[in-house]
Amino acid sequence: MPMPTIRKPTSPDGPAGRADAPATSDETLSRRDLLAGAAGAIGVAVAAGLPMVAGGQGAKPAVPALPLVPVDPTKVPGRPTSPVGSRSTFVTPSRTPTGETVGNSLTPLQDLTGTITPADLHFERHHAGVPFIDPARHTLLIHGLVATPLMLTVDEVRRFPPVTRTFFLECSGNGRTAYREPKPDMTPQKVGGLFSNTEWTGVPLKVLLEEAGAKPTAAWFLAEGGDACVLTRSIPIAKALDDALVVWAQNGEPLRPEQGFPLRLLLPGWEGNTSVKWLRRLELGMRPWMTRWETSKYTDPLPDGTARQFSFEQDAKSIITAPAFPQVLGKGWWPVSGLAWTGRGRVTKVEVSTDGGRSWHEAELTPTTGVKAPVRFTLPWQWDGKEALLLSRATDDTGYVQPTRAELLKVRGIGTDFHFNPIVGWKVAADGKVTFHGET
Amino acid sequence: MRHSLIVILIAAAAACSRDRAAAPATAGFSGTAERHYGLGRTATAEEIAARDIDVAPDGEGLPAGSGSAALGAELFQQKCSMCHGPKGQGMPPAFPQLIGRDPRAEGFKFASDFKLQHTIGNYWPQATTVFDYVRRAMPLLQPGSLTNNEVYSLTAFLLASNEVIPMTATLDSASLVQVKMPYAGRFVPDNRRGGNEVK
Repeated sequence: MPMPTIRKPTSPDGPAGRADAPATSDETLSRRDLLAGAAGAIGVAVAAGLPMVAGGQGAKPAVPALPLVPVDPTKVPGRPTSPVGSRSTFVTPSRTPTGETVGNSLTPLQDLTGTITPADLHFERHHAGVPFIDPARHTLLIHGLVATPLMLTVDEVRRFPPVTRTFFLECSGNGRTAYREPKPDMTPQKVGGLFSNTEWTGVPLKVLLEEAGAKPTAAWFLAEGGDACVLTRSIPIAKALDDALVVWAQNGEPLRPEQGFPLRLLLPGWEGNTSVKWLRRLELGMRPWMTRWETSKYTDPLPDGTARQFSFEQDAKSIITAPAFPQVLGKGWWPVSGLAWTGRGRVTKVEVSTDGGRSWHEAELTPTTGVKAPVRFTLPWQWDGKEALLLSRATDDTGYVQPTRAELLKVRGIGTDFHFNPIVGWKVAADGKVTFHGET
Repeated sequence: MRHSLIVILIAAAAACSRDRAAAPATAGFSGTAERHYGLGRTATAEEIAARDIDVAPDGEGLPAGSGSAALGAELFQQKCSMCHGPKGQGMPPAFPQLIGRDPRAEGFKFASDFKLQHTIGNYWPQATTVFDYVRRAMPLLQPGSLTNNEVYSLTAFLLASNEVIPMTATLDSASLVQVKMPYAGRFVPDNRRGGNEVK
């Protein structure tokens, strides 16, 4: 991709040429050419799976400097204010939509830092498409073993005293392909992108259920979504008494439709499917309903010929998000950085190995206060140009240590259908190429 | 069934009690009719009935009506075969296999081979789930469009074509509850508790 020419200022001290001015000489390309060139460059980079942010990769920038960029931004007035912000032209993270109604779309873990997932990059998993819901017509019904069956509008739900808390969501199918058929050309997104983390705002579920006069005899509740499959899950009432929320906001703004607008259940630390989106009904009862999503799906076949059911909690897990495929490293310092989480409480320790597990080094955790929220871990590492194998291993406050894939294969089998939390990592070849390593 | 549910309940409560130890103490629900915030209004019986379509294994929620497997076979061709195939072979994973019992998948050996298809006959633990799911979610492009009799018919056909009941069968609320699924006994409560053990 040749570097497009940018028109230079007419004189060193004169007014700078407008980058989007019509082409008038050989020095410039037309705006259409420039835009086409930019789109082409991005397209090529995406097709090649190259990192979209140039620089810091230790190799040639994956994307040439884009057109329309002034040679010296201090010599051109910037653009005016805008109603909604947008990412830099140079930053183009993307989920992985399939175009199917029934499917998923993964968070680009390799493009994110810190721990919060931008709302528009939160992973998607839905079973009958994303419904188009008018919040003014949406209501939440609470009935069953209650003193007063309640019908609440969205506005009324929002008038209960709100709480704001950070929790991760992980689909319990996350990592299935990497567990069953690991391949060198898998990215962090492909390995573990059914994972996101959000600052949610909502009301504790127990407040809503108490308002309806939930009876002490209620042992389970059914949560139902307002999508085209009217998805339902049975949840033990203990979760409602513990930390369950009904949320309406995501990182400071109303939920995105893909995340359940206008209301969703949020069950911290539990498999994502139980945090029912587009929540429209809660029924309290004495026993589970045995819905399709807790029998046919979201159950875990085991080697002893049984299947684990109501396997809610997400086991402790970690993934290095950089360095990762398809990066190419040069010798020198590289922070080994990634995310770690547990559905049972806090991550107390993340260890990183650069020699395939022969030795482990405790990584720095930021932040360290989250419960059922991820930590970002980082270990500074100096690559000496020799083959290396980077691995990460999380420990949580129950004393659980993230297992190897071999350990999981032994107790769960290759065909287990949900809950995949093996240690995974990245091989660094002598030429600096980084590839996925799943066979731990 | 009741015994296993109690085990599940105890397990779930135990799992959650660990979390509660780190959180403010919470009491059980009081069941009081006294409203604290006064938000929302009492739902009418009609409003509840309009949404409360769930069906439980004990038969709660099953509507009046009935349907035969024979009629279900015709309905399947009209309303299901465009996605699941005329022979119910499916296009996994989006459109699961619905008909037939693959001998290789018998014996609940799914953990050893992820290519084995989980089907109604070789996996699903409750027959009522078929009725509930078809009624609420199918057909994909016209969900909720089937009459109760049509759902009984399709449920009967799907169970019959999975060799669970005879193809001559007709199902209603009383008979559907009596259907025993071949591998119902294979489902066990979650025994993972964290700690120093991989399960």
